[in-house]
Amino acid sequence: MADQVGQRTPRKEDRRLLTGTATFGSDVQFPRMAHARVVRSLVAHGAITAIDASAARALPGVVDVVTAADVPTGLAIPVRLQVPDTDVSGRLQPVLAATEVRYVGEPVAVVVADDPYVAEDASGLVTVDIDDRDPLVDVDDATEADVVADFGLGYGDVDTAFGRAAHVVAMDVAVGRHTAVPMEPRALTVEYQPATDSLSVYGATKVPVFNRQVLAGLLGMDESAIRMHAVDAGGGFGVRGEFYPEDFLVPWLARRLRRAVSWVEDRAEHLVAVNHSRQQRHRVEAAFAADGTILGLRDDVRHDNGAYVRTHGVIVPELTLAMLPGPYRVPAYRGRVRVVLTNKTPCGTYRAPGRYEGTTAREQLFDLAAAELGLDRVELRRRNLLGSDELPHTRAMHTLGTDVVLDGGDYVRLLDRALARVDELGWRQLVDAGRAEGRLLGLGLAVFLEKSGLGPYDTADVEITSTGRVRVLSGGTSLGQGIETALAQIAADEFGVPYDAVDVINGDTLLQPYGTGSWASRSTVVAGSAVQRAAREVAVRVRELGARLLEAAPDDVELVDGAVRVKGVPGSARSLAEVWQAAQPRAGWLAADEPAGLAARHRFTVDHMTYPYGAHVCAVEVDPGTGNVQVLRYLVAYEIGRAVNPTLVEGQLRGGVAQGMGGALLEELVYDEQGQPQSTTFMDYLLPTAAEVPAVDLVVCEDAPAATNPLGARGAGEGGVTAAGAAVASAVSDAIGVPAIGKLPVDPRSVVRLLRSEDRTTRHSVALS
Amino acid sequence: MKDQHLVTLDVNGREYEVVLESRRTLADVLRQDLGLTGTHLGCEHGICGACTVLLDGEPVRSCLVFGVQADGRSVRTVEGLADGDELSDLQQAFSRCHGLQCGFCTPGFLMLAEAYLDTEPAGDPEEVRDVVSANLCRCTGYQGIVEAVTEVAAARRKQRDG
Ligand code: FES
Ligand code: FES
Repeated sequence: MADQVGQRTPRKEDRRLLTGTATFGSDVQFPRMAHARVVRSLVAHGAITAIDASAARALPGVVDVVTAADVPTGLAIPVRLQVPDTDVSGRLQPVLAATEVRYVGEPVAVVVADDPYVAEDASGLVTVDIDDRDPLVDVDDATEADVVADFGLGYGDVDTAFGRAAHVVAMDVAVGRHTAVPMEPRALTVEYQPATDSLSVYGATKVPVFNRQVLAGLLGMDESAIRMHAVDAGGGFGVRGEFYPEDFLVPWLARRLRRAVSWVEDRAEHLVAVNHSRQQRHRVEAAFAADGTILGLRDDVRHDNGAYVRTHGVIVPELTLAMLPGPYRVPAYRGRVRVVLTNKTPCGTYRAPGRYEGTTAREQLFDLAAAELGLDRVELRRRNLLGSDELPHTRAMHTLGTDVVLDGGDYVRLLDRALARVDELGWRQLVDAGRAEGRLLGLGLAVFLEKSGLGPYDTADVEITSTGRVRVLSGGTSLGQGIETALAQIAADEFGVPYDAVDVINGDTLLQPYGTGSWASRSTVVAGSAVQRAAREVAVRVRELGARLLEAAPDDVELVDGAVRVKGVPGSARSLAEVWQAAQPRAGWLAADEPAGLAARHRFTVDHMTYPYGAHVCAVEVDPGTGNVQVLRYLVAYEIGRAVNPTLVEGQLRGGVAQGMGGALLEELVYDEQGQPQSTTFMDYLLPTAAEVPAVDLVVCEDAPAATNPLGARGAGEGGVTAAGAAVASAVSDAIGVPAIGKLPVDPRSVVRLLRSEDRTTRHSVALS
Repeated sequence: MKDQHLVTLDVNGREYEVVLESRRTLADVLRQDLGLTGTHLGCEHGICGACTVLLDGEPVRSCLVFGVQADGRSVRTVEGLADGDELSDLQQAFSRCHGLQCGFCTPGFLMLAEAYLDTEPAGDPEEVRDVVSANLCRCTGYQGIVEAVTEVAAARRKQRDG
């Protein structure tokens, strides 16, 4: 059997998804299941003076209405990712608002009914009296009291660097408020078993083991009495699967009512309830020597975190600062961030958190610098990218609890490969030709650094089953990324079986109680490495028992094509099913006290992340009348280290580009000055369709396998998003002849404003050479 | 007293009788009453197209159609595409072209594309892109979806032309 890792195998997930037999959270149904509907605040900020649920309770079919008065006092959702030396404990979100509401959409009560339509009817009958207070909507209006954290990261003597600079370039960059919008809204179905006082939860994903721990703590239950079942998930992208108020309320209600409870969020709720992300203002500055060499970098960030600190704590601001210098040689750096609590939906991570924002700020600053220094945009970057001989490179900073050690690679080579491909595709001629006709075309470029493979560990169990199949119980979770297929490929290679002889179960807390979940592009890297090691241990065991069956010495047998045989004697082969039989206690092959079965658990630990890198290039056309931007061409060059399945890597990158483009051009969660959200439907929060997203050209490099894991993989989840805002902004600025653009999304209105502005003088050389 | 209606509908060639409130959506009838959970709800306001099914052969947003409106009519859902264990040409093409990741939008795209392919189109990629821009996908960037539909259009055309 040829190696499966590296192959473009079709996905194991596809059949059930294509036939409508997959099971998403809201597909799980139980007899006599009740339906919950959350009553949410319609006011951005105020004191709750009274809640009247009598009319709702009186409606036939209503089972229960609960408010904060019914839940134990003081329950708040804990932080999952701590940042050292910050204390956010006073600003956590309660599971239900008790005395005060802080954003439109905040849960105030829950109605439970026999039928979801009735639950929704009844939710409209709950009246909540609120004494309005002034909302804080804009970080510019924040006072000291609104700042929940104010911290810095950096190294080197920044002041001296700026003091001796030949040029200092500075600009403001604002990134809009976006959210991930997985196509499946959140859903939870919880079954209660009175006999054992235990709960089965369907719909948790991303970090089920952690969420079970939180839930057990809030409910005062033993973790073993709660089982998170694996279900399909309609996209994660950072927002799905974190612990939200509903992740407490629905299980708590199931236990209170002693029956199954289902909760399915609608899209309008989703857009005000699920984590928002991205909204930051940067004042970013770089000091350059006369020849364009960077001497120092400074950034002052204000991060609009919404009403509370949720599970991510202040990790997104930290990541923003830690990753801001990117792939460049930056001798001195200082970043400061103030995390402001406003009266909007609270924030968390969204695919490439901190990097999308920081890459936009840094790369736009470099475009501006190129214009001011009279250098080509590419040349400025090429001069300042860290060389392969300078890697690994340690920056005296930490993030996500680990030191920033950029592992090996060749950034300049990747940039060269990207540009060579652009030449091959004739994009410069395309832009030139368009311009010759008087159209507004531009080319944009952004270079970026990503991170992936976050530790500290993940766990996998691998076992052989009665028919000789391989079963993997992984700590990763399936969010649509194809992780089942990737893990099956990895396990298959250890036994020489086809990958479809491997069954992968992700994210079931009973079957894998030590998993750490799927986030931060870590699953293939960390969970995959755990699977490989566990499978290898099982393979050793298979050879051991197989040798016994064959009456040969273990060194004289081999495991080939899913069977053990005496080396070079195919006729002697014993299948995995036969070896499994021999591992059964009744079979008579086991020694006294020797454990039965063929299984192993491995915990893979890793100290440092790996840092993939890449470049985005795109061509856009701007409509001078409407200000509309059409992305004509798009290219991502990306160093993956080693691709377990190239098709899946490409899918991740392409999908990432679509999301990143959405944030660059269309998507924004807008609030009015009263703190009322204006983007609560898909008519107002615009996702890119097939008409906006072009085919994406890819240069996926395997030039620099990661040294931090046995697979050499670098993770692919986020690199399609990271530089999309920066690249699109770069292309638009090139098309309309401004040096840089300081605000995302680049919506038609801001384009029209820029087209009318005074400083439309510089047009970058289209050479990008 | 709720207003209840006895409704007869043919779903994927099988007849069902259900008693419905007038406000119950076709999507909920399919998912909750008939247990056909392959049809998905992504927005419930007619934009995303995840809930697309064929009503008498025409693609509709089943979140915007009431169950009573389907009385006496035929409905085709994603569950009706495969022939036993054999995936349809379109389903196979989606997998081959990596036209799905999380797969939540997929039933809607399959039904939308099925209706388009039934019109025996030339299947020019630009036109396909235009057609599939009716629905939303957040995972794939649409490229695999466009490729899959284009491929099947070409293959079916070839078959028709003999
Ligand atoms: S659920 Fe019907 S269009 Fe979105
Ligand atoms: S595959 Fe996930 S939304 Fe389309």
